[in-house]
Amino acid sequence: MPTRRRALLVVAVLLLLALASIVGALLIGSYAVAPGEVWASLMGNDQGMAGEVVTGLRLPRALAAFACGGLLALAGALMQVLLRNPLADPYVLGVSGGAAVGALSAMLFGLPLLFVHGGAFAGAFGAILIVFGLARGDGSWTQTRLLLTGVIVAAGCSAAVALILSVAPEHKLRSMLFWLMGDLSHAGSPWPALAVLALGLAAALPLSRDLNLLARGDLVARTLGVSVRGLRGAVYVLASLLTAVAVTTTGSVGFVGLIVPHLVRLAIGNDQRVLLPAAALAGGSLLVVADTLARTVVAPQQLPVGVLTALLGVPVFLYLLSRQAKEGVR
Amino acid sequence: MSVHLNVLRARGLSVAVGGRTVVDGLDLQIAAGERLAILGRNGAGKTTLLHTLAGLREPAAGAVELCGEALVQIPPRRVAQLRGVLLQQQLDAFPASVLETALIGRHPWLERWAWESAADADIAREALSAVGLDGFAARDVHTLSGGERQRLAVATLLTQQPRLALLDEPLSHLDLNHQIAVLELLTRRVRETGMALTMVMHDPGLAARYCERVLLVHGDGRVEVGAVAEMLTAERLSALYQHPLRMVEVDGQRCFLPL
Repeated sequence: MPTRRRALLVVAVLLLLALASIVGALLIGSYAVAPGEVWASLMGNDQGMAGEVVTGLRLPRALAAFACGGLLALAGALMQVLLRNPLADPYVLGVSGGAAVGALSAMLFGLPLLFVHGGAFAGAFGAILIVFGLARGDGSWTQTRLLLTGVIVAAGCSAAVALILSVAPEHKLRSMLFWLMGDLSHAGSPWPALAVLALGLAAALPLSRDLNLLARGDLVARTLGVSVRGLRGAVYVLASLLTAVAVTTTGSVGFVGLIVPHLVRLAIGNDQRVLLPAAALAGGSLLVVADTLARTVVAPQQLPVGVLTALLGVPVFLYLLSRQAKEGVR
Repeated sequence: MSVHLNVLRARGLSVAVGGRTVVDGLDLQIAAGERLAILGRNGAGKTTLLHTLAGLREPAAGAVELCGEALVQIPPRRVAQLRGVLLQQQLDAFPASVLETALIGRHPWLERWAWESAADADIAREALSAVGLDGFAARDVHTLSGGERQRLAVATLLTQQPRLALLDEPLSHLDLNHQIAVLELLTRRVRETGMALTMVMHDPGLAARYCERVLLVHGDGRVEVGAVAEMLTAERLSALYQHPLRMVEVDGQRCFLPL
């Protein structure tokens, strides 16, 4: 029996988890900072070097990680409902591929950072428009066709990315590769991404009960009074925008958008009214933890966080798959 | 509740599938508390017609009225309060509990931010119990058998409490005793609530026993509507199924034997 009380409880627990992950990120690092110093610098009391590390470096980075993890997990959850496919992720329809082509093109032509962000965004949106323009249709094959189209567009994008990398001058390659792997050390201000995450959740939550029905199929949703066409359009646009913002901020961090909705679904069920906010919080927390590991495990060397989430994500996902096969779950 | 109130009305309704007209110029009225069976060969267009009556598909020509209003003019959520549809197939891509699945029938009755209340849960539990799924509430739908899943779909429809129930092969996957149990349950609901019932069926004998009127869909555009006594004869059904049938009466019940 789904109840609002249980939903609030789940969200409250995950909020605490998110807070803990961010506090952990502020405390842990190659430069030792005492908990008292963290607290004082957050309160605005100057703590010298420690304050600089906490408020200037660790806090924005942790917040950016949280925002992007949340965006990707939310987008992944939405994509899975949209495609009625538990194996969908935010990148499956070529959003990240399109963003990569846009961002890397901007880098190739030496355009300023604003254009790199704009290029990523335009590329992501272009990919979405192409995919849905081509895959539009009626009937149960839509999802399959959509997936196939998306996979093909993604393949086209990765070819274009390879082309850009092969003609790019050497000194631009490093930043391009970091963009592709997903990395938080060059994430700018976390506030735009956080704002988009909040807006995205605010836009998705009123639709969440409709999404519960959409997850059961277009026809079921329509028999129960959901305007499926408009809803699907809205979810396409929303999920692609969220993904585009995440990818623009950190590059294509892998597996958060696939794994987190799955883990949350296993833990609390598939009610989108709880799943969407829970996935956003859990995704944010996971990326904060992964990024904290990324900058500490082989310190002073930093790993791109995308490598870490993929290394964590692959075994978890393989485990989930084998478990599903055993249970005979489609 | 007025028995003569028209719940559904189709005027000059034509239905086409892939450029082929399967129903041509159907005029049909379904009153509250009435039970109608739709019979026809595979691919004759029964499901397509049912979906058109439900507003899930646009007619090729003509119009459908639901409770006196043009179907296309009624907001989708209101449509879902008035008519319920049992689809031919139940596909579950994601895990969900049996109770949750029955509760989706309450969706059209809930405001955007509302959650299912205890009263909603009672309606769903009662429907589950009515189809013999007591004690299944917490089960995952993926663990149900075909027949149990079908009965859950019936329970979801009852939870929706529509004025008109459109059922596409409600007896598929059901064993003999559950076929009768479901038909008895639906008949009871019709009697108690004045719900109108329209069912796509494959057994003319059960149609004769549980419905008052029959709609024959020939698949080439021709449709015939009439009372059971008039429609369900060996001659008409032999023409409909293009297979010779014999009618026998056992204790006043019509049975049809394929020859």
